[in-house]
Amino acid sequence: MMREMTGAEMVMQALIDQGVEHMFGYPGGAVLPIYDAMFHQNQVKHVLVRHEQGAVHMAEGYARSSGKAGVVLVTSGPGATNAVTGLTDALLDSIPVVCITGQVPTHLIGSDAFQECDTVGITRPCTKHNYLVRDVNDLARVLHEAFYVAQNGRPGPVVVDIPKDVQFAKGIYVGPENIQHKTYQPKLRGDDEKIRAAVELLAKAKKPIFYTGGGVINSGPEASRLLREFARLSGYPVTSTLMGLGAYPASDKQWLGMLGMHGTYEANMAMHDCDVMLCVGARFDDRITGRLDAFSPGSKKIHIDIDPSSINKNVKVDIPIIGDVKHVLEDMLTTWRGMKAEPDRRAIASWWGEIDRWRARKSLSYAKSPDVIKPQYAIERLYHAVKDKDVYITTEVGQHQMWAAQHFHFEEPNRWMTSGGLGTMGYGLPAAIGAQVAHPESLVIDIAGEASIQMCLQELSTALQFNLPVKIFVLNNEYMGMVRQWQDLLHGGRYSHSYSESLPDFVKLAEAYGGVGIRCSRPGDLDAAIQEMLKADRPVLFDCIVDQKENCLPMIPSGKPHNEMILPDHPEGLDEAISEEGKIMV
Amino acid sequence: MPPINNEPAERHTLSLLVDNEPGVLARIVGLFSGRGYNIDSLTVSEVSHDSRRSRITVVTTGAPMIIEQIKSQLDRLVPVHRVVDLTVTGKAVERELALIKVRGKGEIRQEALLIADSFRARTVDTTLESFVFEITGKPEKIDQFVSLLEPLGLVEVSRTGVAAIGRGPDSM
Ligand SMILES: Cc1cc2nc3c(=O)[nH]c(=O)nc-3n(C[C@H](O)[C@H](O)[C@H](O)COP(=O)(O)OP(=O)(O)OC[C@H]3O[C@@H](n4cnc5c(N)ncnc54)[C@H](O)[C@@H]3O)c2cc1C
Ligand SMILES: Cc1ncc(C[n+]2csc(CCOP(=O)(O)OP(=O)(O)O)c2C)c(N)n1
Ligand SMILES: [Mg+2]
Repeated sequence: MMREMTGAEMVMQALIDQGVEHMFGYPGGAVLPIYDAMFHQNQVKHVLVRHEQGAVHMAEGYARSSGKAGVVLVTSGPGATNAVTGLTDALLDSIPVVCITGQVPTHLIGSDAFQECDTVGITRPCTKHNYLVRDVNDLARVLHEAFYVAQNGRPGPVVVDIPKDVQFAKGIYVGPENIQHKTYQPKLRGDDEKIRAAVELLAKAKKPIFYTGGGVINSGPEASRLLREFARLSGYPVTSTLMGLGAYPASDKQWLGMLGMHGTYEANMAMHDCDVMLCVGARFDDRITGRLDAFSPGSKKIHIDIDPSSINKNVKVDIPIIGDVKHVLEDMLTTWRGMKAEPDRRAIASWWGEIDRWRARKSLSYAKSPDVIKPQYAIERLYHAVKDKDVYITTEVGQHQMWAAQHFHFEEPNRWMTSGGLGTMGYGLPAAIGAQVAHPESLVIDIAGEASIQMCLQELSTALQFNLPVKIFVLNNEYMGMVRQWQDLLHGGRYSHSYSESLPDFVKLAEAYGGVGIRCSRPGDLDAAIQEMLKADRPVLFDCIVDQKENCLPMIPSGKPHNEMILPDHPEGLDEAISEEGKIMV
Repeated sequence: MPPINNEPAERHTLSLLVDNEPGVLARIVGLFSGRGYNIDSLTVSEVSHDSRRSRITVVTTGAPMIIEQIKSQLDRLVPVHRVVDLTVTGKAVERELALIKVRGKGEIRQEALLIADSFRARTVDTTLESFVFEITGKPEKIDQFVSLLEPLGLVEVSRTGVAAIGRGPDSM
């Protein structure tokens, strides 16, 4: 399709042609022509946010829960700079987002014009790619290319900066057909020889483990299905990073739980002692490896990743396979079957015996209390109440996030949205709103902390405006709990500025916005209060008053190897767990 | 970058083919500074006007694992077509051009001219009390030339940085 139209009309046309149904934005002088073009159509629905950071997190929640790219529209200057945190978040967690920013007219660029900022300069290190469009005749191509780049290969955020004169100018619109990037052609199929070598290694393994991550989710639901098939066929244990939860069903007996700093004892011990590790779409993050030179010292490592720069970045691997998880697992399964591979049943049985002994340590256990709600208990009861529903979970950042990862169990991919790489407090509520936009009939819950929730709470107003009945479940421990925990670990329990002083009355606050406020402080009342929350057809802010002193365990102290975890049955000595060397780590 | 296995640093010459579009150089330089990699030398110029391609030669140093990261990181920049490590692909021709100004009179002047001659440097500007020499060669040769001129009234040096190309009939 080729037609003459204005740049602003091209933006809307390109979104329609890309199949975009929803976008998240906030107007301003430099995007008014686009808002005007939006006014003349009704195919793309616009969700008006309250802060541009919220818009990007909403787009992330939308994208992660639906598999489609999230779309953001913001104005120049402060609109663009407010979006930077969200863009960085999407970059670190590999979330496809297309963010359109307005810019001052081309002839004013560089003159410190009103609401001018160097958007492409500022966002260069926090996007997968970005564009400044100076000629209206490039605009349609660039927009289609932006969607292509955001969604292909390792997904990520892409910014398209459009000066206001380009929005008014007329030019020729081209459709998305035949738009393929000249240079950016990620490799999807893995190398046959590498795949064969990997399968041979896996078939001979005596202590294998599947270490899976966010790349499985990025690759789409088919990748999760293939992972399950491979696990069933081989009988090997599976663990996952925070970002990969749900790719493998938590109810399955081969599931070891999450690994890493706050992962289970069995997952971390199995990683440490394994002889063959298959890393599927995970990036050997420092929350996973702990002390690098002591990370899984005796294993051969296979790494499937679509981004060659993830390979050998932190950990040297023996067999790197560059490709998309779905394609590579498909080929691995075919090879496995073709070779009539038979795992060493006796060795695997004794490996499971070892794992079961680690499991018996019950590393996620905690001391229950009849008087005060333990945060873990709150998550357990929430999980119990909603597990048979069509539910999407988001989180903020802190202890509550880790407790959610440990005690809420996921059976399907795309159901769990959390800020893993950047760890952005304030992510959860807007991400929940985005997920609710994508799934209007589903139950969407943000598991939050009382400190984090205050970072983007204004988006409650967005939820009300657009009838998005998200539930915010605040584990209110009156502390920036994760900070307090590290102050216990590193700074002799001196709680410098980690107490949540002057908290608002969350129930009244919810009501002030037009939502429902619920408070619960006794374990005996919790189930009924959760039911009340689930019954509400409006947004709910649930203030769950929990134990202030609880620490999040188990934990691998920074700078320690996997087999030196602090377990809940031995929490004493928390203040001595970290060595001098470990203290500099975050 | 954390030295994981304490491998010694190596010097590598990388050749990149990139789209000649605004901001490409900034992306590449920003990648090096943002991730803490070294740039020892950098040259850029358009090599095909029709396809709007530029060739960039970067000389960098780092442990082998870091060099691998640098290449992977460069390769994933969207406007980068190809990254070739000329240090790995075999012997490459590496050349640099330098313009060097020397100031002096009498005997010192004679000495400078003799050295320039033995290095096959050309004299491209002459006044009664100065010369500008032009010299082409491997960076080490230029280093040597410059160090010999140092005591003979060296005023300033302008170097292009390394341009490199693989030997034999194949392209990068
Ligand atoms: C307070 C806090 C505590 C944390 N504690 C833990 C913890 O205990 N345990 C834990 O696991 N995490 C923890 N995290 C999260 C951690 O910081 C990282 O975000 C996370 O571990 C990274 O997950 P990942 O390796 O799956 O990588 P992701 O960031 O999800 O990256 C995905 C990888 O897969 C690749 N990929 C993408 N798409 C594809 C595809 N289609 N095919 C193939 N490969 C693909 C990418 O190139 C990348 O290498 C914590 C975060 C916070 C904020
Ligand atoms: C934007 C931002 N600022 C600061 C931090 C550092 N930080 C990590 S967790 C945390 C405390 C979170 O407190 P709360 O939301 O109450 O959660 P809790 O740990 O108590 O469950 C802080 C300040 C962060 N992750 N993000
Ligand atoms: Mg708290």
